[in-house]
Amino acid sequence: MPLLPQRWRLLLVLLLVIGLPIATGLIWLLLTALFDRVHGLIPQGDFGSENWRFLWQGSVSGRPSIWVALLNSVMFAGAVAVIEVLVSAMAAYAISRMRFPLRSMYLRFALMLHAFPAISLIIAIFYILRILGLFDTLIGVILVKASLELPLGIWLMKGFFDHLSWEMEMAALVDGASRWTLFWRIALPLVRPGILALGTFALLSAWGEFILPFTLIVSGKSWTLALYLQSFMGESFIDFGLMAGVGLFYVLPVVLFFLLGQRYLLNIYSGGAKG
Amino acid sequence: MTGVTVRLEGLVKHFGRVQALKGIDLTLTPGELVAFLGPSGCGKTTTLLLIAGIYKATAGQIFFDDRRIDHLHPRDRDIGMVFQSYALYPHLTMFENIAFPLRLQRVPKAEVKRKVEQTAELLGISEQLLRRPALVSGGQQQRAALARALVKEPRVLLLDEPLSNLDALIRLSARAEIRRLQKELGITSILVTHDQSEALAMADRVAVFSVGEVEQFATPEELYKAPATTFVAGFVGFPPMNLFEGRFNGAFEAKGLKIPLSPGHPGGKGYLGIRPEDIRFDGEIAARVLLVEVLGKDSLLTLEAAGHILKAMSLEGMQVAIGDELLLNFPVEKLHLFDAEGKRIQRQAS
Repeated sequence: MPLLPQRWRLLLVLLLVIGLPIATGLIWLLLTALFDRVHGLIPQGDFGSENWRFLWQGSVSGRPSIWVALLNSVMFAGAVAVIEVLVSAMAAYAISRMRFPLRSMYLRFALMLHAFPAISLIIAIFYILRILGLFDTLIGVILVKASLELPLGIWLMKGFFDHLSWEMEMAALVDGASRWTLFWRIALPLVRPGILALGTFALLSAWGEFILPFTLIVSGKSWTLALYLQSFMGESFIDFGLMAGVGLFYVLPVVLFFLLGQRYLLNIYSGGAKG
Repeated sequence: MTGVTVRLEGLVKHFGRVQALKGIDLTLTPGELVAFLGPSGCGKTTTLLLIAGIYKATAGQIFFDDRRIDHLHPRDRDIGMVFQSYALYPHLTMFENIAFPLRLQRVPKAEVKRKVEQTAELLGISEQLLRRPALVSGGQQQRAALARALVKEPRVLLLDEPLSNLDALIRLSARAEIRRLQKELGITSILVTHDQSEALAMADRVAVFSVGEVEQFATPEELYKAPATTFVAGFVGFPPMNLFEGRFNGAFEAKGLKIPLSPGHPGGKGYLGIRPEDIRFDGEIAARVLLVEVLGKDSLLTLEAAGHILKAMSLEGMQVAIGDELLLNFPVEKLHLFDAEGKRIQRQAS
């Protein structure tokens, strides 16, 4: 008995063809990182431990240690995600539940802001960070990245808060909660799916962020992994093996994150407000 | 626990340009259960939310005993409230739902446990305490909502259509149970409902709301026997009272009908009402049967007399068929008279 209905086979072939370039890229990355040399996709020579020397050598050709870059990337992504989720949730709650002047204008404005490509603002951001003394600091890039993502986050979280019942909030007020308590103990736990979704997006987006750190960070001590990886590109001789090794190292935490978290991530919507 | 006097003085509420409440004056005596009865959009729930402190009144004052409370935050008003949707917190267990008001008051853990268990016991949901609300029946959710309202021993209990999401059968027993609990605890309570049978069965007194106003505030019996306005007359009682528009002229005249009155009534335009169950069949008003609805022991008749459509209840053992001619009698002592504004004309003492 065929595993798939006849008419699905064509579709399967089509999908394989579309997926091929991406798969090839991944396979190349894996092979190049693991072997001394690779001709096309055919590995030559032995297992290339040389490619991984960045792990134990304190510094490769004057670069900072990879562990510093890893720590910076983790802090960058983590801080961006935390700030983005926290500020989005609070702003979205206010917009969803409270009346204040210019509320609807604010909403439209936020959406418009999101439509701006970040790169078109980069010169202005550069000057602002310089004035604030945050240029070339991790905190500076964290704040910039988080703010650029806020409009989307606010809109997303507003959608989740809009679905909470008003009667439940009234009940909490009558039960003795202040607005603040109500937000933390009732509203926020009930939009957990939204927090998980937004947090995941924020984390991944910040992990892969390149252009902002590239423009706003100069000194090696604040490098993120993206900058570390990029630094190989400018050399006259490019050590592809080493670069692939770093590339794989850069991808691993994300893969790990998905492997450990997929049970939660796939169920983002099943834990919804209906409990 | 003793209830408080709840006094509403000249409550006015505007939503933008819409005037939801035009001035509500009511005084509830301690331990009393008062129903706010009216069609949807009449302002009964708005009034309740003003008392709860969810809305702020545009004008007017609210007192619990002699303390003015309308400027206080809901948490400082000492009220318990049950909502139509129950509004339980879905992410908390039934226990934590009921415990929530106590946790906010920072009551010691052991006492929270004792009070929650005691209240759950009172409402018969002890077995369900560790479950989430979504996993228990509607009746149990409703009890949990009531338990959450009662656990902090409030001075005033507000019930917003608490029974309308229940099955008809459970609703009857829940009615009796809320009534029993309320009497036992002696909490001054307000029940908002659009269901007159619920209001009449449960309440000590009923405030009938029309558009933003209280039409009448009286005992269920009084509402039925002496409705203050044509609105109350048409709203309270099932089937509703028959109302005729016409003119007082010694007798009451409405196109084609002439109904004799006892002497001593003023003249002028007005309304005459008679309840279907008060109509007798031994008089001179000719009517034809349009419809017969069997209700069980007796039947509800839809009749036509001189172009007027009216309802009457058949007498026991009476055989009626569609098309039959009947001679109706409107007994003078059963008539309700209203003036041109729809206000009840008091029966002159004779």
